Amino acid sequence: MKVLKSLQFAVVALAANCLALSASAQDNTLLGAGSTFVYPLFSKIFAEYGKTHDVKVNYQSIGSGGGILQLTNKTVDFGGSDAPLNAEQAKKIGAPVLHIPMASGAVVITYNIPGFNGALKLTGKDLADIYLGKITNWNNPEIAAANKGVKLPDVPIVVVHRSDGSGTSFIFTDYLTKVNEEWAKKVGKASAVNWPAGLGGKGNEGVAGLVKQTPGAIGYNELAYAIQNKMPYASVQNKSGKFITPTLATTTASSNVELPPNAEVSLTNTDNPKGYPITSFTWALIYKDQKYSDRSAARAKMLLQLMWYNIHEGQKNCEPLNYAPLSKSALKVAEKLLKSATYGGKAIL
Amino acid sequence: MDARLKVRNTKSIIFKSVIVFLAFVITIPLIIILLYIIKQGVTQVNWHFLTHVPAPVGETGGGISNALVGSIIIVALSSIIAIPVGILAGIYLSENANTRLAYYSGLCVDILQGVPSIVVGMVVYFWVVKPLGTFSALSGSVALAIMMLPIVIRSTEQTLKLLPDSLKEAALSLGVPYHRVILKIIVPCGFAGILSGIMLSVARIIGETAPLLFTAFGNPYLSAAITKPMQSLPLLIFNYATSPYDEWHNLAWGASFILLMFVLLLNIFTKLITRKWNIQL
Amino acid sequence: MKHKRLDLSYSQLRWETVFKRILWIMSAILLVLVIGILATLIVQSMPSIKSLGIKFLWGKIWDPVNNIYGAYPFLIGTILTSFTALIISIPFSYAIAIYLGEYNPKGWLSNLLKNTIELIAAVPSVIYGFWGLSVLVPIIRVFEAKIGVAPYGVGVFTSSLVLAVMIIPYAASLGTSLIRMVPSPLKEGAYALGATRFEVIRSVILPYTRSGLFAGILLSLGRALGETMAVAMLIGNTSAIAHSIKDAFFGPGNTMASVIANEFTEADHTVYLSALIELGLVLFVVTVIINLIGKKIIMSYTNN
Repeated sequence: MKVLKSLQFAVVALAANCLALSASAQDNTLLGAGSTFVYPLFSKIFAEYGKTHDVKVNYQSIGSGGGILQLTNKTVDFGGSDAPLNAEQAKKIGAPVLHIPMASGAVVITYNIPGFNGALKLTGKDLADIYLGKITNWNNPEIAAANKGVKLPDVPIVVVHRSDGSGTSFIFTDYLTKVNEEWAKKVGKASAVNWPAGLGGKGNEGVAGLVKQTPGAIGYNELAYAIQNKMPYASVQNKSGKFITPTLATTTASSNVELPPNAEVSLTNTDNPKGYPITSFTWALIYKDQKYSDRSAARAKMLLQLMWYNIHEGQKNCEPLNYAPLSKSALKVAEKLLKSATYGGKAIL
Repeated sequence: MDARLKVRNTKSIIFKSVIVFLAFVITIPLIIILLYIIKQGVTQVNWHFLTHVPAPVGETGGGISNALVGSIIIVALSSIIAIPVGILAGIYLSENANTRLAYYSGLCVDILQGVPSIVVGMVVYFWVVKPLGTFSALSGSVALAIMMLPIVIRSTEQTLKLLPDSLKEAALSLGVPYHRVILKIIVPCGFAGILSGIMLSVARIIGETAPLLFTAFGNPYLSAAITKPMQSLPLLIFNYATSPYDEWHNLAWGASFILLMFVLLLNIFTKLITRKWNIQL
Repeated sequence: MKHKRLDLSYSQLRWETVFKRILWIMSAILLVLVIGILATLIVQSMPSIKSLGIKFLWGKIWDPVNNIYGAYPFLIGTILTSFTALIISIPFSYAIAIYLGEYNPKGWLSNLLKNTIELIAAVPSVIYGFWGLSVLVPIIRVFEAKIGVAPYGVGVFTSSLVLAVMIIPYAASLGTSLIRMVPSPLKEGAYALGATRFEVIRSVILPYTRSGLFAGILLSLGRALGETMAVAMLIGNTSAIAHSIKDAFFGPGNTMASVIANEFTEADHTVYLSALIELGLVLFVVTVIINLIGKKIIMSYTNN
């Protein structure tokens, strides 16, 4: 232990020396990490922001769980997450954290069924049974019941899921947990679960690659990615019994809800009859009180201004990338949240 | 009798052909890989590619200047940390081969040589990233410096051990103090060997990705601040190779090509040095 | 005058001790470094060691949601990839060692081959991974479809193939130098008795270098166990245990190193994180032992 301490000391001393060296470097970068789901949108918004402001935002898509962990360790200025903090995470982080909604997006079910190019319809129950490994063939009567007038081939289903911890997985499993009790009991919702069936692909690339190349495969991806890769995706039955094709409009319909003041709301299995059921907000997470470690007030302000830009001007980048922009009511909640952020007890914005 | 001899001879010939075949056939994958990287990468590389940062998703163009500069800074910083320590420790090991410390240090060099790079990255996360409260180029450099150390130490030690004792004895008998003997006579004599060891170690760490995952972290912008996250070539290749976008794949191919050229050049230089001074490493 | 010279030599003397002390410190730093690495790994994996105990090693389920962590899938994945790669690579590394050590130790062709083999070790592993992902994986997919297993493309088999190429240089270069060290009187004696080249290699050179060649294999194995990036990109990253041997071999898996690379920055529970660190600890200890045994064998070999 003692050795460890002294070693740490030595390293820190060395670092301090180097710190002095680089003190002259301008401190105009903000660091964020987390959700891969929102990465395309963030990289676009931040590039735009950098053009008009003297701020560089470094966002690394390491997964939602990672974003929360790095925020807990205070190694980043903000985290990106597709899931609100759970009880254990909130306890571990130890300070109030604001969930600022950034946009919402859909997770779509992609498939590769040989000899079938039509639009597949799936109910939530079938989807859960497929991922539980109970439905194993495309010609299963349960699937056929939802797809009247379509003949599905006798091909075994190959289930594909994300292997890494991912917000996309969280949204998907959150939906399955809501629509299927067995799933809720056996598997549950999280960014990385113990999948009862199938094989894992790393990142969207991995999942899409597997689905595209494997006859009989089914997988899930975010909408923008499925569109870019020209993959077919299924209509999913929502709570009102309608089969909804994921589009920008149906995503927006789902996300048009009354937000609680803390904005922590799950959009999956929406009540809206026009809404696509596997939809979620994606949040930026920041500490409510920005005065921690040795952060300067200027840095806190820089961060808050960036967030303000994201929910206002930044929203125009949503639609081209197939994310649903914030609704008016969501925007109001987000504004209020940002205004509640403080630096040593004083409001920042 | 004659027939048996024939059988034995044939056996020998068959064995030789199998050996020759196996020995040369394994170079084919390497050649395929090299040619493929060059084919994919060389078309990407131009002035724009070297001087711009990557474009955001959905835009074409962009380059890898952030990774290029980042790699150079991180590797330079690791060299600054590892080379003095490595050379001095190497001197100690060659000068005091029979002390107990030398035995255990030598053991530690062997251990460090075999430590999986991912473990180094993980440990440095706790040593540097957590105490400093941020991912940084510095933490990446510390991780890479640990990877460099064993190579620098071993090459210094081997080179100095090869020098004749008479060199040192002659200088000492003239009354030259010990530290000057080492720094002004022994080290310059073994300079080429030490240098080639350093270049080998640089060639090794410049392509290391795993220790940087949790330390240098990556950065889409050009940055020279060593206490901030920084991009590097291998990190960029890893992130963009596994991304779903074709434009980013192209950036990754170009970056692979540049990285490969770095490594090849360093290896060729090392070869030339060792050949010129006739050093056995 | 005399006084000044005395001063000068005193200062020289002081420098001498300072210099010696610096050398001593630099070499002691290595000890601190290694002990520090070990201590950090042990301290940080304490939460998982305490809550999971030794069961961790053969726990079959890795389920971060329910806080269940078992290392078994990764142990199996690591052993499977490393040994498959090793078995594929051994004929090649032996062939290279025999060719460069015995058949053709000198000349431009041997130099060219030697440099090419060394180049294999120089290419960064992330480049192997990238190449494998975009070139090898589609080929393997077609191959897998032909032999009737699920055509994932990525998986244990694919990463073993790439790994096999990557680890060849380590065993090959050691083998070459050891074979060159076989005393020529031994070989000449055998030739004088009328042995053919093959017989000399089989009955003189290989027995003489057996333990050294084994050490080379151990070094290759150490490399294979710790290799991260290429494997993480190619293995498919599934923590579930395959149902059949065929699946385990061709299907996706995970190694200790690849699971750390994938999940270290994502681990959001205390136990989750420390379970990953414990994997790192296991990996560290195993590779250290393998490397040290290898080095010991080489030492005893070269000393004789």
